[in-house]
Amino acid sequence: MMSTETQPSQVAPNEKPVPPKKPEETPVELPVFEKGLSDKITGKFGDKVEVAFVIEDRVRINVGRENVHDVAEFIRDELNFDHVESVSGVDFPKEKEIEVVYHIGSYTDSSLSRQIIVLATRAQREDNPIPGQDATKLPTLRDIFYSVEFHEREIFEMFGVFFEGHPDNRRLLLPEDWADLPPLRKDFDSRGR
Amino acid sequence: MATEIMPGLALQKVDERIMTLNVGPQHPGSGHMRIVVQIDGDYIVACDPDPGYVHRGEEKMAEYRNYITNIPHLERPVIHDSCNVLYPYVLGAEELLGIEVPERAKYVRVIASELNRCIYIMYWLAIYGIFLGHSTMFMWPAGDREFLIDLMEKMSGARVTHAHFVPGGVRNDLPANFEDVCLRHVNYFEKRIKEYAAVFYDNPILISRTQDTGVLSKHDAIRLGTTGSVLRASGVDYDLRIKEPYDVYDELDIHTNVMKEGDAYARSRIPWLDMLESCNIIRQALQKMPKSGSVRTKLKPNPKTKGPATVYKRVESGRGSLGCYIVSDGKTEPYRLKLSVPSFRNLIALPHLLKGEKLGNMPSVYWSLNYWPVEADR
Repeated sequence: MMSTETQPSQVAPNEKPVPPKKPEETPVELPVFEKGLSDKITGKFGDKVEVAFVIEDRVRINVGRENVHDVAEFIRDELNFDHVESVSGVDFPKEKEIEVVYHIGSYTDSSLSRQIIVLATRAQREDNPIPGQDATKLPTLRDIFYSVEFHEREIFEMFGVFFEGHPDNRRLLLPEDWADLPPLRKDFDSRGR
Repeated sequence: MATEIMPGLALQKVDERIMTLNVGPQHPGSGHMRIVVQIDGDYIVACDPDPGYVHRGEEKMAEYRNYITNIPHLERPVIHDSCNVLYPYVLGAEELLGIEVPERAKYVRVIASELNRCIYIMYWLAIYGIFLGHSTMFMWPAGDREFLIDLMEKMSGARVTHAHFVPGGVRNDLPANFEDVCLRHVNYFEKRIKEYAAVFYDNPILISRTQDTGVLSKHDAIRLGTTGSVLRASGVDYDLRIKEPYDVYDELDIHTNVMKEGDAYARSRIPWLDMLESCNIIRQALQKMPKSGSVRTKLKPNPKTKGPATVYKRVESGRGSLGCYIVSDGKTEPYRLKLSVPSFRNLIALPHLLKGEKLGNMPSVYWSLNYWPVEADR
C-alpha cells in the first residue's frame, strides 16, 4: 500500500512531464487554389454535391444524376473549364450502380491548365440489362461539352448507360451484331468466353 | 429516310446526287478503320468515322492482371510509342503503390520517352508521305528511324515493344558508353531531319495539297477537346511537359511549337518541329542525368495498393495528352483501368474537317490528325 502510493511521487521528479497529447487528426492542409474551386461549387450547390477529395491539381465532385447537368454547366460557365478529357465508366455490381466519371480540363484559362475537375455521377444498374430500354440512364453532357460525344457513345456500348438527349447513341467500337452483355461490366467475365 | 436492318446498321436512302462511300477498313488510305463518307460529286457532304476494327479490350484485360503483368500488354495500342503509352499507367501505379523513383531513373525515362516520340513521329511521317504520293518521304523516315530504334535496343533490349518502364523506375540500367552513342546518334538524326524541310515541307506540291485544307479554328479545336499536334497547330499553346510537368521535365528547358493556321500543313509540320525539340531535350537530359545510381526501386512480388483510391495521371505522348484513370480497391489488380487516348479524342474532329472538302483531300486531312487507329480502339 505504502509503496504503491510513494512510488509515483518518487519517480515523478525524474520523469518528464507528459506533454498534452496532440490531436492526431491535424487538419490536412488542402491546396489553396483547388480548395477555392471546390468552395465555389459547394457554395452554389450546397448539399447537392459532395466533395470527395481536394488534392494537388485534382478536385473530385460526386453528384447525383439529377444535378449533374447543372453542375457541369456551372463548371463550364463560371469556372472556365472548356473540354472533357476522359469519360470513364466504373461498374459497382454490389451497390447496383454504375459510376460515370468525367475528367474536365481547360485550355483557355492558363491558370487552370494543370487542373482537372473530376465529376462523378452514378446510374442505376440492372442485372439483366437491355441497353437503352432499361432504367440505366443519365442525362447527356454533350450539349455542354461537345467533346464528350464519342466518349459517351463508348460508355453506352461498354456499360449500357443510355445518355438521354445524346443525338447519336449508336455503337462505336463493338460489332453491329453484338448481342452479349455490355463487355466492361463486371459480370462479363472474359475467362471462359 | 433510314431503315434499320440491324442494330446500328442502317440502309440509307439518299438523294440521287449523293452517293455513300465506304472507305476502309481494308482500304490502305484509312488505316484499320472505316470512314463512311457521303459525296456530292467530288465534295464530301457528311462523314461518319467507324472505328473498332482493332478493338482488343485492353481495359478489360487490365482488370485480370496485377500491376506488373499489366505492363507488356498495355503498350500494345501504340507499339512504336510504347514508352509514352505506358508512362501515365506507371506514374499512376507508383502513386497507388506508394513508391519513390530514383533520380537517375527519371532521366532515363525522359530520354526513352523522347526517343520514342521521335520513333513514333517518324513512322507517322512515313505514312503521311506515302499517302500523299511522296515515296521519298516514306523511305527516308523509315530508314532514319533505325538510328533511334538501335538506341532503344541498346537501352532496353527490345527494338519496338520495350516494356521498359516499370512502377519504381525502369527495368534495367543504361549500358556502358550509352551517353556517347546516344549523343552521336541524336546529333546525326537532328541534322538528317533538318534535310526533310527541303524535300517535303518546302515542296510546292505538298504545300498546294495541304495548305488551307481541313482548317480547324482555334475555337473548334478547344470545343472539340482535341489535343497534341492538332491543338497546337490551331494556335493553342498547350503541352503537358510544360503545363503539368511530370518526372524531371520541370528541370529541362522546353519550347512548345505552336502554329496559328490550323490547316493540314500546320498539323503536319508541328510533329516535325516536335522532333527537333525532342533532340534538344535528350541532349539536356544526358547532360543533367546523374552519372551513377539506382534506376529502380524494387517492388515486392504481386504488390498491393494501399487501399481504395483513384488516380488520374496524364503525359504528353507523340500524339497528345494521354491520360490513365486507375480505380483501385486495395487488391493486386486494378479494379478498373481507363486509357484516355489522344487518337480517340482527335477523331471527333474528322467529321468537322472533312465536311465540304474534296474527296481527294481526304488522305491529307485524315492522316494530318496524327491518328493511330489501334490506339483509338484500345
